[in-house]
Amino acid sequence: MNLAPTEEQKLLIESVERFVEKDYPFEQRRELAASELGYSADHWATFAELGWLAIPFPEDQGGLGGSITDSCLIAEQLGRGLVVEPYLWTVILGGHLLSRSGRGDLVEQIATGVLQTAFGFAEPTSRYNLASVETSAADSGGWRLNGHKAVVFNAPAADTIIVTARTAGDPRDEEGISLFLVDPKDPGVTLRDYPTVDGLRAAEVILEDATGELLGDAGAAYPLVEETIDRGIAVVCAEAAGIMHTTLQMTREYTAQRKQFGVPLSKFQVLQHRMADMFNLTEQSISLSWVAAVKAESEDSLERARACSAAKVFIGKAGRQVGQESIQMHGGMGMTEEMPISHYFKRLTLIDTLFGNRDHHQRRYSDLLDDKRFAA
Amino acid sequence: MNLQESPELQSFREEVRAFLADNLPPDIKQKMEMGQSLKKDDYQRWMKILAGRGWLAAGWPEEHGGPGWTPAQRYIYDEEYGRHSCPRVLPFGVTMVGPVIIAFGNEEQKAEYLPKIANSDVWWCQGYSEPGAGSDLASLKTKAVKENGHYIVNGQKTWTTMAQYADWIFCLVRTSDEGKPQEGISFLLIDMKTPGITVKPIVTMDGGQEVNEVFLDDVKVPVENCIGDENKGWTIAKYLLGHERTGIAEVGKSRRQLQRVKDIAAAETIDGMPLIEDTAFRGKIAEVEIELLALDATILRMVSAEGAGKPPGPEASLLKIKGVELQQAITELLLEAIGNYGSPYIREAMDHGWNEPPIGPEYAAPVAPHYFNWRKSSIYGGSNEVQRSIIAKMVLGL
Repeated sequence: MNLAPTEEQKLLIESVERFVEKDYPFEQRRELAASELGYSADHWATFAELGWLAIPFPEDQGGLGGSITDSCLIAEQLGRGLVVEPYLWTVILGGHLLSRSGRGDLVEQIATGVLQTAFGFAEPTSRYNLASVETSAADSGGWRLNGHKAVVFNAPAADTIIVTARTAGDPRDEEGISLFLVDPKDPGVTLRDYPTVDGLRAAEVILEDATGELLGDAGAAYPLVEETIDRGIAVVCAEAAGIMHTTLQMTREYTAQRKQFGVPLSKFQVLQHRMADMFNLTEQSISLSWVAAVKAESEDSLERARACSAAKVFIGKAGRQVGQESIQMHGGMGMTEEMPISHYFKRLTLIDTLFGNRDHHQRRYSDLLDDKRFAA
Repeated sequence: MNLQESPELQSFREEVRAFLADNLPPDIKQKMEMGQSLKKDDYQRWMKILAGRGWLAAGWPEEHGGPGWTPAQRYIYDEEYGRHSCPRVLPFGVTMVGPVIIAFGNEEQKAEYLPKIANSDVWWCQGYSEPGAGSDLASLKTKAVKENGHYIVNGQKTWTTMAQYADWIFCLVRTSDEGKPQEGISFLLIDMKTPGITVKPIVTMDGGQEVNEVFLDDVKVPVENCIGDENKGWTIAKYLLGHERTGIAEVGKSRRQLQRVKDIAAAETIDGMPLIEDTAFRGKIAEVEIELLALDATILRMVSAEGAGKPPGPEASLLKIKGVELQQAITELLLEAIGNYGSPYIREAMDHGWNEPPIGPEYAAPVAPHYFNWRKSSIYGGSNEVQRSIIAKMVLGL
């Protein structure tokens, strides 16, 4: 029982920390977010070289046999620098789906940095219900898909897109959901690309008789989808915790140098106590994201769900408060595009809606409230 | 990073669990479960049982009569302790003056006082606050003047919990008016039987009588009862407030109380269905439970760091703030859960052995008084505002 990074994990944290400090000044992030690709292919190659892309995969698939906890520690540091490279989408979501579906060939390409993926799990009316799938797939001497996958992050850069589609059952059944690989260059696949408000890239993916390659068994993908999204939750919670850390540092530094009424803002007790609250929320977010990371790997899907939903609720709320307070304490400057704080705030805000917001996960958590195994 | 307990820790947990379950007297357990008031004898019997096992002074090193546990063992002990309906160990001896004597006392003082604390032979109370010195503790005025091998102490202490039962009091007193207010304070141990000490009860809004005023009128205290150097008491006062921080949040107890909320909410009904099925109330329970998980994870993080030789510093103030906020939130949920039956107030209904039938459900009587009483927790032990200032200054450097 030890909720602290191991010596090996400390080295990993230091290497990501060094990258963010030396190679990722905020001005560069701003340029990358505005560039055609939306991130840096060179940085991606560096991530591959450093082994970060291979960490969570088994060795027989070209991975390093690490854990999701390692990935979370990477994400926490990437969050501190508000890194836009598609680690979450390609490695954590796409990589895990492919790895669990026995596609070691593609996992190896992710690990070496040559394959980009995206995962379309949402639809225009599905909101946060992963089982709400109306996109359909039919087998007529090869799978053909029809439907609309919504806000698919990293789809514009993806070499292959993984989507959920229904091969049986009614629109919200967990049974009957399957996973398919689709090729963005397929004539039946149309991407409407756009930038997101927090500096990333996504697309609406329209499937019209698109050719799909089945991943795993038909109709039985839901447990894997849920598991993958829970892992995504652990990782994005870690990213959020890292963002909150930097947000607090920036607020601390800004209020220490900004003078009003002849004294630095940081000397006002009304602000000091609010920054103390930001500290408390940030530290607890880090702690809870670590627990979610460890439990994201649990064999017991309820234990996993409970820990990931708890973290998502807490971090959704904490992120909102820490973000809003940081803007308020930066005053007018916090409102500007120029100040990094506004960009941190935007990402923190949108993380709450990713993979289900506070209300969604509080409901999911509440459903487990009477489970005797979790009683005091 | 892992949450797996080693086989050694698992068997330690079993040992603690079995001992608490087998040795808590049934009448005390029943009072605890019903939220009834405890008498001095209840505390005393239970603390003697713990002392007999060597677990009363749980945070002390072995050489002074403690079990010498690792931080991880201590965490597990606290968790199991909270899970059972045990009375709290009164902190004044084992977590306050005891560690001070261990850190600052001389050999004679250690030999004189420590065994009696570890055995629960002597009851202590705390003489810190004064009518004019609350959060601004250093402005205290109780004066000690040295005269023929004694200090003559004059002044008044207040909010002194359980002074009516105490054999001894540890006091911060002013021994010098020179320099900054912090520089003239000393730490004295005073026998409550000394002539010149008067204890007057203060009744709190819940109707309870646990705090007191303590008047000191020409009280003669031998100079050898000063702990540490004269005028160096402020260092000791700060040490005391910063000691044993990871237990301060009492997460185990909150978890048990939240289970009580669930049990009551399962028994209460709303429009013909159990209250716990009500979406709004269920959501509130979930919210508090999630915050408890976040706090517990933070404690575990600090315990892990402590195990690696990095004991928590001022950042542990967050445990006090969040710990009592959640304790208070749970008292509020309990009050909400019992609905109309929060109103009836019969003082005796909270006593064990009250012979009349309960008004409303039998769990209702202590709920509102407990809610009112627990507002104290964000005020004592360094108010939550003082704790935020500690974080702002000592951690964030503002």
